[in-house]
Amino acid sequence: MKQSIALKFKHVCMLTIAASAGALTCAAAAADWQPTKPVEIIVAAGAGGASDQMARMMQAAIQKNNLMKQPVVVTLKAGASGGEALLHMKSSAGDPNKVLIAYSLIYMLPLSAKIPFDWRDLTPVSVIALDQFVLWDNTTLPYKNVKEFVAAAKAANPPFKMGGTGSKREDHVLTAFMEKKTGAKFAYLPYKSGGEAATQLVGNHTAANVNNPSENIEVWRAGQVRALCVFDKERISYKAKVTDTQSWNDIPTCKEEGLDLQYLMLRAMFLPGKVTAEQTAFYVDLFKKVTQTAEYKDYMEKQALKPIFLTGADMLKFLESDEALNKSLMTEAGFVAN
Amino acid sequence: MEAFGLLLHGFQVLLTFKILSLMLVGLLLGIFVGVLPGLGGPNGVAILLPLTFTMDPTSAIVMLSCIYWGALFGGAITSILFNIPGEAWSVATTFDGYPMAQQGRAAEALTAAFTSSFIGSLVAVLMITFLAPGIASFALRFGPPEFFAVYLLTFCSFVGLGREDKHKTLISMTLGLLIAGIGMDTVSGQLRMTFGFEELFRGINFLVAVIGLFGISEILLTMEERLALRGHAAKINLRVVWSVWKDLPKYWATLLRSSAIGCWLGITPGGAIAASFMGYNLAKRFSDDKESFGKGRIEGVFAPETAAHASGTAALLPMLALGIPGSGTAAILLGGLMVWGLNPGPLLFVEHKDFVWGLIASMYLGNVVGLVIVLSTVPIFAAVLRVPFAAVAPMIIVSCAVGAYAIQNAMFDIWLMLAFGVVGYVFKKIDIPLAPFTLALVLGNRAEDAFRLSMIGAEGDMRVFWSNGLVGSITTLALILLFWSLIAAGIKKMQGARNGLKHSG
Repeated sequence: MKQSIALKFKHVCMLTIAASAGALTCAAAAADWQPTKPVEIIVAAGAGGASDQMARMMQAAIQKNNLMKQPVVVTLKAGASGGEALLHMKSSAGDPNKVLIAYSLIYMLPLSAKIPFDWRDLTPVSVIALDQFVLWDNTTLPYKNVKEFVAAAKAANPPFKMGGTGSKREDHVLTAFMEKKTGAKFAYLPYKSGGEAATQLVGNHTAANVNNPSENIEVWRAGQVRALCVFDKERISYKAKVTDTQSWNDIPTCKEEGLDLQYLMLRAMFLPGKVTAEQTAFYVDLFKKVTQTAEYKDYMEKQALKPIFLTGADMLKFLESDEALNKSLMTEAGFVAN
Repeated sequence: MEAFGLLLHGFQVLLTFKILSLMLVGLLLGIFVGVLPGLGGPNGVAILLPLTFTMDPTSAIVMLSCIYWGALFGGAITSILFNIPGEAWSVATTFDGYPMAQQGRAAEALTAAFTSSFIGSLVAVLMITFLAPGIASFALRFGPPEFFAVYLLTFCSFVGLGREDKHKTLISMTLGLLIAGIGMDTVSGQLRMTFGFEELFRGINFLVAVIGLFGISEILLTMEERLALRGHAAKINLRVVWSVWKDLPKYWATLLRSSAIGCWLGITPGGAIAASFMGYNLAKRFSDDKESFGKGRIEGVFAPETAAHASGTAALLPMLALGIPGSGTAAILLGGLMVWGLNPGPLLFVEHKDFVWGLIASMYLGNVVGLVIVLSTVPIFAAVLRVPFAAVAPMIIVSCAVGAYAIQNAMFDIWLMLAFGVVGYVFKKIDIPLAPFTLALVLGNRAEDAFRLSMIGAEGDMRVFWSNGLVGSITTLALILLFWSLIAAGIKKMQGARNGLKHSG
């Protein structure tokens, strides 16, 4: 099984190399196969979440720029914290009219909830973005930077409430590692969505959260939450003002603030298993084109996503190391079900 | 009066031939998808969403919201005619709407449903127009304990105010809670009661259960008792509309109460579903003739429909201001707005005035136009009951199956629907009420999550449910309602004792 996927990958890889070498070969390869039915983008999250927004952006980008003859449909499969979408993709082997918009749940859900899934069962197409995590607190709280926040959290009794999406997932892992690095204790409250975590923070029901930029941007712009630091090696590159006084670039990294923690989340496209190389090549080409549209660029800047485009062997390498990282974090935090 | 000026501007934007015709198309499409059980609301709007991609933003949003209004109106039709609720909040409409249809008063019930939908929406839109900014901040006061208190209130009002035997209500509710626990548990991140069976990972979908419990079980009962749809001799003409409207003022208290409940629960994020149940229960509580509820009383249609639509409309406010959709349909609508770069949030009202007021103006227009359309279709829909059972029954079952399948594109859900049909049949035979079961199924998960989050936050201290005025008063009210029959009996006894004293003295 593994071998056959590896083989397939060599093939796709050659196609992409050919594509970058000469546009002619690429066009010829891509024209070999076209979807014959409407293409479904499967979202492993609820309506209005970051994945849903991204899928709808792609739907609009593809349709407005005529990148494909067939229409695009967005299907939400949020059951079992997104596990429903993973199992649906797994059981759709051989169906080239379904693409999953995936994020780190592809590594975490099989570990924490023992969902029988391995991303190697699917066909990786491309990594299209990396999402950031930011530490936010409510503007009415007196803690203006990470140091003050951590000091207060350490002294707090009962402990500070930290809101997040889901249990034993990205936000929970980050919280566990903040506890480890700072020695403070947090009461982690798992909500159903990032939007809910955002409003609960604004309503002062939690002291902080580690939402993605897209989940908190509106309340940040309204001056209701404060961005303390971003969990990345470098600052976010976008320098246009988002709030009255700050741009994404003005948020310091957590390391600058003395909290040495980095975590990024992939946003990647997958086809079901057992699709042909021509079919994969078509989608690699399609999403390459999507990343060049104005809609995509606009969206990336608005949601403060890190642009990236990986495919073929590069993507495979990225997935392997990203999975290893997530697995070690989950194991260390004690979130792996046995 | 700033709001008024902005609203007038909104009307100005809308009153063009193009927009009005789009409105009409949107409403008709919405009613059409609303009528198909299961396919209704959310799926219908999702299917029609891409239609709007090629339009300009204002037209797109007007069309989308009109599809939404249409689906809201349409949902009542199947509840009344076939006992199949299309959306969670249509469940309570079946309690009296369906018996009315069986008695040959389908046209009356439909008119009542549409009229009260209109009134509920209108009250809510008026509230949105004049109170929008203040209400958004009220919704922010709801943390886990407050949410739990609201759910507790809904559950308690059912047990305390229900007409059925208390123990049967409890049995039904507990079974519902148990089934609601199947699937992923948000708080622990673990799967529960799935027994390694992949189809159960996503949990039991509420609509699948409801289609089976109400629709399929009804078909089973009908097959057993008589091979005909009751109420086929319905009198069908538009004069029914006037006769229902003439009686409207008599029910002003019910309409007002339900509107208020709907507005209040609608702006509580996610509370819209509870509204129709509470509206119904309270109408029953305050009625002089409690026994006639559930047997085809027109007030039993007015109360839940007004509350449901007041809350359905009011639910758009937290959606726009906080980004939390109040229902499945609203969630898809939310996705549609985002395509247009209109991100819901506190600044939407400041930065996109044109859009917000255009949308609010379209709520007024959409509701008025919608009411006219649905009322004129009453005779057509009521006439469906004249079709022989042998012809209608297979169509109902097929549309139930399509609906159950379409919710999650899963064949398993069709089997589940049939199983729930049998459960519903048995429940009806042994007189266990279905409503508490469905209520527990739809709110069970949220109530549990809210309770456990409260406990994590308060380190297990139950006093958190009395920690501030808001949560404390809701919790206390819930407990009073739970023990209402005991309290009422106590009051009566005391009055009796006092009277007795007077007599003896």
